[in-house]
Amino acid sequence: MADSAVTSEDGQDGEETRRDFLLISTVSVGAVGAALAAWPFIDLMNPSKDVLALASTELDLSGIEVGQAITAIWRGKPIFIRRRTASEVDAAKNVKLAELKDPQSDADRVQKPEWLVLIGICTHLGCIPVGNKSGQTKGEFGGWFCPCHGSHYDTSGRIRKGPAPRNFEIPPYKFLSDTTLFIG
Amino acid sequence: MATPTWNNPVIKWVDDRLPIFTFVQHSAIDYPTPKNLNYWWNFGSLAGVILVIMIATGIFLSFNYTAHVDMAFDSVERIMRDVNYGWMFRYIHMNGGTMFFLIIYIHIFRGMYYGSYKAPRELLWIIGVFIFLAMMATAFVGYVLPWGQMSFWGATVITNLFSVIPFVGNDIVTWLWGGFSVDNPTLNRFFSLHYLLPFIIFALVFLHLWALHTHKSNNPLGIEVKGDQDELPFHPYYTIKDLYGLGVFMIFFMGVTFFAPNFFGEPENYLPANPMVTPAAIVPEWYFLPYYAILRATPDNFVDAWGILPVIIDAKTSGVILMFASILLLCLLPWLDRSKVRSATFRPIYKQLYWIFLADCLVLGWIGANPPEGMMLLIGRIATFWYFFHLLILLPLVPYWEKTKELPESISAAVTANGEGSKETSS
Ligand code: HEM
Ligand code: FES
Repeated sequence: MADSAVTSEDGQDGEETRRDFLLISTVSVGAVGAALAAWPFIDLMNPSKDVLALASTELDLSGIEVGQAITAIWRGKPIFIRRRTASEVDAAKNVKLAELKDPQSDADRVQKPEWLVLIGICTHLGCIPVGNKSGQTKGEFGGWFCPCHGSHYDTSGRIRKGPAPRNFEIPPYKFLSDTTLFIG
Repeated sequence: MATPTWNNPVIKWVDDRLPIFTFVQHSAIDYPTPKNLNYWWNFGSLAGVILVIMIATGIFLSFNYTAHVDMAFDSVERIMRDVNYGWMFRYIHMNGGTMFFLIIYIHIFRGMYYGSYKAPRELLWIIGVFIFLAMMATAFVGYVLPWGQMSFWGATVITNLFSVIPFVGNDIVTWLWGGFSVDNPTLNRFFSLHYLLPFIIFALVFLHLWALHTHKSNNPLGIEVKGDQDELPFHPYYTIKDLYGLGVFMIFFMGVTFFAPNFFGEPENYLPANPMVTPAAIVPEWYFLPYYAILRATPDNFVDAWGILPVIIDAKTSGVILMFASILLLCLLPWLDRSKVRSATFRPIYKQLYWIFLADCLVLGWIGANPPEGMMLLIGRIATFWYFFHLLILLPLVPYWEKTKELPESISAAVTANGEGSKETSS
């Protein structure tokens, strides 16, 4: 049918061809229109402007002693900030990359070796691991332990054992001064 | 079946214009039903009743429920303490969810035993699987509404499953949440979906029944109906039997609701949601436990370890794939099971495999309630393996060496052969 589109205008064939053309173009325009109209529905479910506006945080780090860690909140997520001891930094640096499930050197994960800043969410299914508060278990690698399904993280926040696939994520941050941290 | 004639002029007037009375007469009164149905055939109508109970109690709960992270937990506590009979509505709704799944699981396993999924009822079965999926979605979003610790963390873990989708996974999770974590936008849309989905289930049930009434019910012998002598009209024979079953079921349902309302619940969910503290163990409601066990059963490098594919699939991805596969595979059951004989009564090998499979699902449920470590992990892996082995290998292959028993000539012949007389005595 469609292959006779350029032939006679007047006969039966022509009549059908013109109808085919109208039908196909109507359906195509309709389909494109429906696809375009779907976008607002999809995008409405994405984070709204007010949610995006709350997307940065400033923190004062002066109260944190060496070896201590705090949990801050950014975008509704826990941020782990640990002021690492010299031995923790060494432990993080001395791991061979080949031993890691998600290979990344410690230097690539910190701006200042003393300060480790992480999104404190297990990359498995989103639980918040323990190890930030004194007295909590830090797992087999001295970092954090996720009790949900047993993931162990090291002192660079890298996954070492358990079902989680990736290292802790690093939020975008910068030091505004020696003791002020800006996240976002 | 003769078209009924109506004497009442009002009914006649309406029926001429919209044959709704004729429809009811055909599909609920005269409707020919195999006369040998046993009590396992009660669970379909029970499921229908419980769906109506869920919708009724749910609508009345929503009159007093507030879908906001600062108020949801308190509004549910207010329903429990201050709203007249609020506690009763909530406990019926809470335990109704449990009963709904209990009934549906029995209903599904009934179909598996008697081969009800086989031709010509494949589509009926598939619609059933979709109803089951929609129920799971409904119960999942509903459980988030009271905004307790398990609500929040269950929602977090389950929505995070979608992050395994390649490339766009994390964007999809953000999109589902409407933010960067489970938060107010998430709660709002979950409430809206929780209100919507039961009505979609209702529509699916309508299709399910339409398909059912096209080829009518299967029966415990799994053989075709040969004629009138094999059937009984639905009313009064099965209306009364369904009502009796409903009475027995209600004693159980109300017993749990009034005397042990929190038996199936999780105490942790009476703590308000705290996004900064994960509970020591995240356990889903009992009806999700088998799938939770499958989710956590796979080791790292699951596929790669066998060298089948040149890619490494981590434990998280393979767990999610297997979990969804375990449900979707059920859609293929009519084609996986290659035996022409429906009922397990006449299939000696399948009958045993059936009970092993049922036990396997119960084991998975038990594993799902425990942390995946040591023995538990091992048993979970074996049980997961068996689940798929049964569906994908045993069901297609067993018919090749299974010697089925001889089928009775007809339903009524089987009844007579059992020495129970014919038509009259069967009720
Ligand atoms: C397929 C049917 C349904 C199922 C399986 C279902 C399941 C659930 C579950 C498991 C909960 C959590 C109960 C708890 O732990 O507190 C819940 C809560 C709730 N449901 Fe439903 N539901 C259904 C239908 C409906 C309908 C039609 C509505 C109408 C709007 C509704 C309104 C609510 C409300 C307001 C809550 C929060 C109050 C509460 O937590 O008790 N539900 N539902
Ligand atoms: S969420 Fe942390 S191990 Fe599963």
